[in-house]
Amino acid sequence: MSLLPAEFADLEPFAAKWCVDTEDERFAVRMASSMEEIQAFYDAFEPRAETAVAHCDRYTLDDLPEDGANLLRLLCALVQASFPVECWRQVKVPDTGAAAVDCIVQPAL
Amino acid sequence: MASSGTIQLIYLQDCQSRQSSRKEVMARLPKPAEGSWTEHYGLGTAPVSYEGTTSPEYYEVEREAVFRRSWLHVGRVEQVDRTGAYFTKEIAVLGTSIVVVRDADGKVRAFHNICRHRGNKLVWTDFPSEETAGVCRQFTCKYHAWRYNLDGSLNFVQQEGEFFDLDKGAFGLVPVHCDVWQGFIFVNFADEPEQPLHEYLGPMLGALDGYPFERMTERRVYRTEIKANWKLFVDAAQEFYHAPVLHLKQNPPALALPMQDNGFEAPYYQIDGPHRVVSTNGIRAWDLPEDKRKRMDTITRSGLFGAWDAPDLGIEKMPAGINPGGCEPWGMDSFQVYPNFLLGIWSQNWVMSYTYWPTGFNSHVFEGTLHFIPAKTPGEYLAHEMAGVAFKEYLLQDANTLEATQMMLESGVVNRFPIGDQEVLCRALIEETDRWIADYKEKKGIS
Repeated sequence: MSLLPAEFADLEPFAAKWCVDTEDERFAVRMASSMEEIQAFYDAFEPRAETAVAHCDRYTLDDLPEDGANLLRLLCALVQASFPVECWRQVKVPDTGAAAVDCIVQPAL
Repeated sequence: MASSGTIQLIYLQDCQSRQSSRKEVMARLPKPAEGSWTEHYGLGTAPVSYEGTTSPEYYEVEREAVFRRSWLHVGRVEQVDRTGAYFTKEIAVLGTSIVVVRDADGKVRAFHNICRHRGNKLVWTDFPSEETAGVCRQFTCKYHAWRYNLDGSLNFVQQEGEFFDLDKGAFGLVPVHCDVWQGFIFVNFADEPEQPLHEYLGPMLGALDGYPFERMTERRVYRTEIKANWKLFVDAAQEFYHAPVLHLKQNPPALALPMQDNGFEAPYYQIDGPHRVVSTNGIRAWDLPEDKRKRMDTITRSGLFGAWDAPDLGIEKMPAGINPGGCEPWGMDSFQVYPNFLLGIWSQNWVMSYTYWPTGFNSHVFEGTLHFIPAKTPGEYLAHEMAGVAFKEYLLQDANTLEATQMMLESGVVNRFPIGDQEVLCRALIEETDRWIADYKEKKGIS
C-alpha cells in the first residue's frame, strides 16, 4: 500500500522508513542510519522538496489527507537529514557524545 | 545560541569592507559613553571567580538565598486552561514537588504536593519522581483516600471517626505563593515574598505587557539533564561571543568564514535590578545570496531564527519593552529573568523560554520551550519543525560544552577568569548572585 501521493511514488522506499509521527522518532531514525543512507535520502528528495511543500500547501493542516500528511512527515524527516548533509558531514552533531535532548511536547501531525 | 546579529554584521562587513584586517573590524557598534557596557552598568572589570559553580557549600547557601527568595517561573496558564486542570513540578533545588491547579473560581493556585495525613506525595502517575498533568474535580491521595478541593481545603477523611479531635479546617494543602504575569505562572517559596511578582519583575520586563504571548499556544518543549551548574547554561544564553565559534558550522562556508574572522557584537545590553537583556541585530535571510543560506532553510523558509514569513501578531503596536534599544534591523531580545528563566522574543514573531532547574551544584534540568502562533498550513508546520530541529542541534552543542567547562572548573587549577565586554551579562549574574547571598547572610546573621 502506498504512503505518498502518486506523483511522489518514487520516494516510497524512503517513506517506509522515514514517515514517523514525532520529531524524536525522526531523530531516532537519523541516529540509526548510516551517512550513506541519509545522503541517499537527501539526494533523492531535496530537488523535489519545494514541489512537495507546494503539494501539501494545497490543503490546510486540518484537511490534509493522509498521503499529504505522510509527505509532510517526509519533509520533516528531510529537515533531520539536512543537518548531517549540509552542516556536519556526519550523522551526529560533532562533540555531543552522550548528550541527549528529548522533545517532550510537540503539536500533533 | 547564535544570534541573528552575528550573521547580519558579518554579512554587511563581508560585503562592505572585504579589505579590512582582523584588527580593524573590532568594535563596529557604538558603546556607551563610559567606553564599555560593563563600566556603564557599574560592574567590575577584573577577572572573576567561578567558585559559585563548583562549590557545594556555595550551592547550599544559594538554594536558600536565591531560590527560596525569588519568583520562579513554573509553567503557562494554557497548561491549566480549565477548572481542575493541574500539573506537577519537581523543585529539586528546594527538595519539594508542587502541584499547580486552576480552582473553581478560575484562580491559579500552587501547593506543596504532599498529603497532610501521613506525607504521601499527593499527585503522581506511575513514577513518584516524574512530573504529571491532568484534570480532576478534587485531589485524592492514593494511600488512604484523603481528599482535597481545588482550593486546597481538606474535604474528606476516610473513617474520620477513627481520628482524635481532627479539625479538617487545619489540614488543608500547604500553599505556595503563586501569581501570573502575561500568562507565565510564577511561584515563590518564601514564607512571605519580599516583593509582589509585578514589583519583582520591574520596569524592563513590565514594559513587555501587551505582547500576545497568549496567542502562541503551539508549543515545542525540549528537556535535557546537564552535568553543569545552572549558571553556566544561563551564561551560554546571555552571551553570543561563542556563537560564531561553537556554532560556526551550522552556517554555509561562504557565511562561516567571515563570521569566524569578525566575531560577534551585540548592539544593546540592559540591566534592570536582577534582570538583564541582550538584543541582537536582525537578518533578512531571504535577502542573502544562495551561497550564504543553507539549502534546507530555503526549502522550509525557516531556520534557527524562525519562519521567514512572520505571522501577524494581531496587535496594533509593539509594547515599548520589545527591542528596548531600538536596534535596527532588530533580531531578537534575550531577557534573563532572575534567577533561572530566559524569555527570548524574536523579530519573526515567536518566543522561546528556558528554565534551568538545579539538581545539585554541578547538575541541572534544562527545559526549552518554543512558542508559536499555531500553524494553519503544512508549510507553517514545516517552518516550525525547522526552527525546532535547528534549536535542538544548537542545544546539543551547548550541553556537552557546558559539561566540559564544569569538569575543568572543578579541577580548581585556575580560579580567575577574564570576562569580556560581550560577556557583560555573565559578569552581572555572578555579581548579582553574590549580592543575594551576602544579603541573605546579613539578614540571617551568618558570617
